[in-house]
Order: sequence, then structure tokens, then C-alpha cells
Amino acid sequence: MSDDNKFGPESQLRRKLLMGMAAIPAAALMPKVAFAQAPATSAINTTGLAVTDTEVTVGILHSVTGTMAISETGSVQAEKLAIEQINAAGGVLGRKIKFIQEDGASDWPTFAEKAKKLLVQDKVAAIMGCWTSASRKAVLPVIEQYNGMLYYPTFYEGLEQSKNVIYTGQEATQQILAGLDWVNKTKGGKSFYLIGSDYIWPRTSMKIARKHIEAHLGGSVAGEEYFPLGHTQFNSVINKIKLKKPDVIYCAVVGGSNVAFYKQLKAAGIDLSKQTLLTISVTEDEIDGIGGENITGAYACMKYFQSLDNPNNKEFVTEFKKMWGEKTVIGDVTQAAYLGPWLWKMTVEKAGSFDVDKIAEASTDIEFTKAPEGYVKIHKNHHLWSKARVGQVQPDGQFKVVYETADLIEPNPFPAGYQ
Amino acid sequence: MFSDYSLAELGSIFVMQGFAGLILFSVFVLMALGLAIIFGQMGVINMAHGEFMILGAYVTYFTSQFFLNYLPSLFGGYFFVAMGLAFLASGALGMFIEWAMIRHLYKRPLDTLLATWGLSLILQQLYRSFFGPREVGVELPEWMMGSIALTDSVEVQINGLFVMGLTTVITIVVALLMYRSRWGKQVRAVVQNRIMAGAVGINTEKVDRYTFALGCGIAGVAGSAFTMIGSTGPTSGQLYIVDTFLVVVFGGAASLLGTIASAFTISQAQSTMEFFLSGSMAKVLTLLGVVGILMLRPQGLFTLKVRR
Repeated sequence: MSDDNKFGPESQLRRKLLMGMAAIPAAALMPKVAFAQAPATSAINTTGLAVTDTEVTVGILHSVTGTMAISETGSVQAEKLAIEQINAAGGVLGRKIKFIQEDGASDWPTFAEKAKKLLVQDKVAAIMGCWTSASRKAVLPVIEQYNGMLYYPTFYEGLEQSKNVIYTGQEATQQILAGLDWVNKTKGGKSFYLIGSDYIWPRTSMKIARKHIEAHLGGSVAGEEYFPLGHTQFNSVINKIKLKKPDVIYCAVVGGSNVAFYKQLKAAGIDLSKQTLLTISVTEDEIDGIGGENITGAYACMKYFQSLDNPNNKEFVTEFKKMWGEKTVIGDVTQAAYLGPWLWKMTVEKAGSFDVDKIAEASTDIEFTKAPEGYVKIHKNHHLWSKARVGQVQPDGQFKVVYETADLIEPNPFPAGYQ
Repeated sequence: MFSDYSLAELGSIFVMQGFAGLILFSVFVLMALGLAIIFGQMGVINMAHGEFMILGAYVTYFTSQFFLNYLPSLFGGYFFVAMGLAFLASGALGMFIEWAMIRHLYKRPLDTLLATWGLSLILQQLYRSFFGPREVGVELPEWMMGSIALTDSVEVQINGLFVMGLTTVITIVVALLMYRSRWGKQVRAVVQNRIMAGAVGINTEKVDRYTFALGCGIAGVAGSAFTMIGSTGPTSGQLYIVDTFLVVVFGGAASLLGTIASAFTISQAQSTMEFFLSGSMAKVLTLLGVVGILMLRPQGLFTLKVRR
């Protein structure tokens, strides 16, 4: 998995040149200036972004109203925490981060409009935002047209890559393959029942899952079903599952349907400690609504769980709860959203500039060793190298981590043989 | 489609699917009853129906929290208290809304559509501001979860039975209220001829207000019951609203029997097709079927025959 050594000669050269250029002002031009002194604004902001001698403005663009507010609230909280921490540690290139928050209102055209406002009117240096794929797809042309920088936190279906976007969540193969391998090996899962909500992310994910099950695990798919978003009646499919008796229920149901699905599963007498269920759509956030007692025993494949036992994460959880209350929970995407401002700060410092073109170039190989999930690194395709972990739901709504991949998994947004 | 299953399996399929269909039927009736009463009585299409349901769900959530913290020994029975409170809360809110908003719009039915839609947005944001944007998990007493196994492959869900029982009780109460009580007689008189009803001394304003409150109160009870099978969040009401309208319109406005018949038809069609096809396809075919029948019978399945 050492693909990161296979850089094209061109990009490697450019990267080195850029790094060299970034080092020039520090090493040659200002040898006697104390290191805390911030570099001149004109040197680090050549494209007219909202950067002053003391402040830099970024945008936060999530839904705080509408259906998606349930999910996006955690991301907003995490981003604000990261910004506050960065400011407390001295800011970015000596400048404090100021944020302008806009509400996407769970409406995709609104997302595009607000992104344009942030870029054109506010001249923000970067945007932390979007959650659903639909909102990202709406914002993408705007970000590319006005040459902005978007840090996108959600695990998603892949099949996308942009100079102007850093994907801090997992693309589909990072989340799916390791989980399936694990369930196949340890639970002997051979037959799978695939259930998802009916839109692009579950369908693409299930397509990859099916290919992997049939081609690499020698297993079979006992059934594959999609339900309209917001569907609340799952009794028929539960009956079908009971009859087909699959080894594993593989689940990507989202939103309010999730709650209905697990409550009805439990009511129908399917005991998740006996029937293996692996989901890629339930985090601590969702369990809040489902109720831990209704989903105890299910497995989820994510890259982050609130219960991860490492010093970075313990500090993160403490800080998060201090800021947002003892009862808040932290899901996979929330943690990914927390990475955004930090990765941006480190990229800016590496590039020695707020200019978007330079940041896009400098992003490759940025490492964040203080990430709550452990350690992450940006791949040259602008996704993150990250581990996959499997957690089992406990009655209190937290996960017990039962498996984690030994190495970081390379992001592969265009998986050959899986499309 | 039958060849995948053995004969014994097919037998239990039909039993379990029949039961799943009955549960869906009860859910539909419970959802639609409140809306049907309001629509039938006053011609007001209450777009905020889902939000009245969610108010009931939130009341249930807070009641469960209260019992968990202060009366844990009585937790097993809290659900009945919660349903009562949900009825009162949603009913009271309904009465207030009727007084503050709806009664000014009786002569402009299209405007009520817009106004109640606005109301639904306002209520959603209020829930979000006061109760938080995240979904809450309503803890249920142990006896309400799980199922009774009749045979190896046939199991009956307890909460399904509960919803069926509840729906039956509420439907009977509403039917008695409408067709056997003095108040019901007044309501029906107002439905048939508002002006004449007023002329013979019926206080039509009061009848309207209580009918609206009753419809909203039943929505609250429905919301309370649905905490067993669905989610509770600021926008969860939207999950039910489409099905609810479908049932009411298909059944024909102003007819209790029509609502029940249409809920039965739609639920059975949907759950059977869901089993043999997929979830999305079942929905598409159900909607197509409803559209087709409404083209032939625009007034719905049942209508009141009244001389105008």
C-alpha cells in the first residue's frame, strides 16, 4: 500500500518547488524576525481573500434548520471547537480565525447560493461545510468557479475528486471493504441481506458491497432493498429477512427511517446479539434517537467512535463536552468535521500562504498527529488515509471497538472493478 | 416469485404479511383519523397535522423522562398517562390555533392550506429551538417491546397489537361521538348545511373549535403511539404527512367509513407488494393505483350524499 511513492514526476517537482518557495520568506527574507511575528499580509494573500494583519475569515456552511439539522449540528459544533482551539494556540500564520456561519437550511440550492455569498461577498479563505452528497454536488460548481476551498466532513459514495475540496470523511471503499472482510472472517458471514435508503450514497455503497461479497468473499446476496427516504414501515422487509435467514444484515438506512427500522426489528423479536447486523449509517448521533436499548449488539463500521481509547481522543471528548454540554455525543462525521479547520491551518502554514491554489497543492501529505481518530494524512487525491474500525453498540449508546485495521487504508474514490 | 419458498413458508408468509398489513392499516387509520375529522367537518386541510402528532411524541418523551426520574416504579404504565397528556396538549394547541388563525380563514379554504403549511414550519422551528435539533429516544416499558411466538416462524409484535387495540378503541369512541351523541349530531348538521345549522340555534363556531381540537388531540395520541415505531425529532411529522393525505383523499372527505376503507386498501396493497417487490417499487405502484382510481372517482371511495 505504498502508492504514495508513485507521484507523477511533475507533481513531485511542483511540490518541492512550492515547499522551497514557502521556505524562502522564512529562511532568507526575514532571518532576524522572531518566529512569532506574522508574515506580511500582502505576501501571503495575493488573491484578495478576507485576510487582515490580525484576522482571517472562514465560512461555516451547514444546515441548522430543516431536516438535516439533526445530523449537521454536530459538525458545526466540532468546527467551532477546532477554530476556538486554533485561536487559543495562536491562530494561523499569526492571524486569528473569524468565522461567518451560513445556514444551508437543508435545501441544496440554498447551499449553492450561500457558498457563492461566502466566496464572492465575504471572500472567505476556506469553507467548512456541507453534509449530504446532494449539498456537496450543489456547492461543487460554485467552489470550482470561484476557486474556493471546501473541507467536507461526511463519509460518502466516492466517485468524485476536486482540486477545491478536501474530503475529511471516508469514501465508500474505505468504509465498506474492511467491514465486510471482518464480518466474513470473524462471524463467518456468507449470505448478506442489503437494506438501504433510496438515494445515491446507499445505492453506490451497496453496489460496491455486492461486488465485494460476490467476487472476493465467495458469499451471496440474499436480498437487496431500498426504501424511500423517511419510510417508517419495515414490517414486510423484516418478515422477508426472517424467512431468508441471512448470516448478516447489511444496512445503510438513514435519517428518521433508522429509528423506525431498529425499533421494529427489535419488536419483531430479532435479537441483534444472535443475528449479526452490520451498518454503515449509524453513529452515536443516530443512536441518540434510536435508543441504545433498541440497537444493542449491532455492529457499525466507521473510522471513529467516541469511545476510542487514545490520548488525543480523550482530550477531544473532554473539550467537546466542556464546550457543548455533558450530554452531547460525538459521531464519526463530527470528528471528521473537527479535522477540517486543523488540516486547513496546517496546510496554510506549510504553503506559507492563504492562496487557494497554493493550499490545494500543499495539501498532499499533510499529517495531523493530534487527530482524535489517531493519525491522518491527506492523500494526493484530496481524501484522507484513515483506519476502518468496527464497533458494537452497547446499551448506553456507545460503541465497544472490536476491530481496527492494522494500517491506514488508502483512499480510492474511483475503485476499479467496483463500478 | 413464489418458487423461492416452500409451502410451509408460504403459509407463514401469508399469516405474517397479513398481520404486518393489519398493523400498517391501524397506523394509517390512527394517522388519518384526526385529519379526516377536521377536513370533513370544516374543509380545512391541516398541513400542520404532522406537527401536532410530533407534539404528542414530545409529550410522551417528557412524560417518560419524568417517570424515569421520579416514579420509576410506575414506569410500566407511563404510556397511558403520556397518551392522555398528548391528547390534552395537542388538543389545547389545536383549540388555540383555531381561535387565533383558522377561524379567520374559513371563507378562504386555499389560504388555510398556506397558513397551516406556514404553521407547520413555525412549529418545526419552535421544536428545534426548544427541544433541540437532534432526535430524542423515547424509552419504552419492557413489556411493550418484543413479540409473542405463535409458531416457529409466525411471531406477533406486541407493539403492533397495542397500536391495533388503540386504533380500535379510538375509532369506536369517535364513531360513538359522531353518530350517537348530541354533539355529534350538531357536528353532522354543520357539515351538511352550515347556515341552516346556525339558523336552528347550533353554535357553529363552538362546534368548529371543538372539532378542530378533537382532530388535533387524536393526532397527538397518534404521535404518542408512534414513538413505538418511529422517530421523534422536530421534522419527524413530515414522515407521516404524505401517507395521511393519501388515505384521507382516497377515502373521500367527510366520511369516517371511507377513511377506514381507504386505509385498509392502501395498507394491504403496500405491504403485500413490499414483500414481493421492493420498498420503493411498492410505493410507486401504490401511488399509481391511487392516482388511477382517483381519476375514475375524483370524490374518493365514499362520499356523503347530500342535496346541495
